[in-house]
Amino acid sequence: MLRNSETRFGLVTIVLHWTIGLLILGLLLLGFIMRRTGIDPALQFALYQWHKSFGFAALGLALIRAIWWLVERTPSPPASVSPLERKAARLTHDTLIVLAIVVPFAGWAVASASTLNIPSFFFNMIVIPHLPLARSETSENFWTFAHALLAYVTLALVAIHAAAALFHHFKRGDEVLTRMLRPGVRPVGAGSGGTSARKRDDAAVERK
Amino acid sequence: MTVTINSAVKATVYIAFIFSTSAANAQAPALADAAGSYRIASSSSIRFSVGQVGGGGGIAGRFAKFSGGFRIDGGNIERSSVEFTLYPESVRASERRVEDFLRSSAVFDAANFQTVTFRSTRVRQTGPATATIEGALTARGKTRKERFAVTLIDWNRRSISFTIRGSIRRSPYGMDVGTPIYSNVVEFDMRIIGQRR
Ligand code: HEM
Ligand code: HEM
Repeated sequence: MLRNSETRFGLVTIVLHWTIGLLILGLLLLGFIMRRTGIDPALQFALYQWHKSFGFAALGLALIRAIWWLVERTPSPPASVSPLERKAARLTHDTLIVLAIVVPFAGWAVASASTLNIPSFFFNMIVIPHLPLARSETSENFWTFAHALLAYVTLALVAIHAAAALFHHFKRGDEVLTRMLRPGVRPVGAGSGGTSARKRDDAAVERK
Repeated sequence: MTVTINSAVKATVYIAFIFSTSAANAQAPALADAAGSYRIASSSSIRFSVGQVGGGGGIAGRFAKFSGGFRIDGGNIERSSVEFTLYPESVRASERRVEDFLRSSAVFDAANFQTVTFRSTRVRQTGPATATIEGALTARGKTRKERFAVTLIDWNRRSISFTIRGSIRRSPYGMDVGTPIYSNVVEFDMRIIGQRR
């Protein structure tokens, strides 16, 4: 149940996938909003700090996921998936795993290189030290650009990735999406699709 | 020739006078001798700092524009008084972004509240050259009783200088943005130079 099998994702993979996925989408939205001008400055300051705290949470989980992904087997794709699609999926997944680490690192670099030198006080609990980068305007601008670019590249890739998942579910009717929603040992019949699509991770957790 | 002798005599008399006053007052300059009315000179400095979590850096700044005056009552130091006005628009910090933030609605809200004022209500002498001043501090439309510690540094016939230090909690003034990353306590460190009126 916890581990992946030859054809199914285990609970660990599923919970990590959806938790990280939600965090990343939330951070993209938060990052976009907090950068807009005309926002109340006190609120903006708070949003930046929330962004950093949730960003670090995402980084921690992404590192755990990467390790898990390296040590755990990856279920082979359903038979309905063509070799080309397999290649594309593999490439997308590998890139997403790397981006989920690189994007928050670049964000951490922004906070570290910033001449503002604002501490990262993780959920007002512990201070996370800055990366050993020289503080300068040039360096800060570079990392801001890199962080934003990588973040929006991630968004684009996630959109393709999610679209592919929905395509498999609704057009192909295969188990590509459903097997990321509920852990299991045996393949679910092709007919089980439809209703489970909207339940996503809640369903996955509740069904143990 | 007569001129030189005359000035030498004058100098001797003057030195003797200094010795006698300093002997009478022990080491520290005494506040009572500085009685008079003063205007706060623009050569004064009004600095502040706010600590940050984990130590290091924090926010440090100063006000470039301020005004005010004080009166030292020779007969009774405790009847002396101070009032000063700071203009938050003139705040200076390490960089423009910090200054803009301090002026913004998050901190001083300089657009709606052009001044921060202090008016003393009570002065207590605590030593030959020290006193505490209690008074009403008004910022962002809120007035509260605050206390500052004053140390007399130096004076002559025309001017007088003090350090004034105080720790002010900013949350009661609606300026608690950034806590607890940045301390709630603002440390004021002022060097006030008064020009006799
Ligand atoms: C997966 C995690 C993260 C995602 C998806 C993400 C996403 C974003 C996005 C979309 C922006 C706005 C870019 C723009 O429109 O200019 C942004 C800005 C920012 N992010 Fe992140 N972020 C993540 C993690 C982090 C972390 C861990 C930190 C710091 C510890 C961080 C610090 C920042 C900062 C400081 C900015 C503002 C840059 C500036 O205003 O100069 N981010 N982030
Ligand atoms: C929000 C919409 C998302 C949907 C609908 C979605 C859907 C899916 C599905 C259905 C799978 C399983 C593919 C299969 O059966 O082989 C999957 C795998 C994967 N997803 Fe997502 N995902 C989303 C967001 C994300 C995000 C934001 C990331 C990371 C940044 C991500 C990274 C991955 C990775 C790395 C895999 C491969 C898992 C493994 O092989 O262990 N996904 N996703």
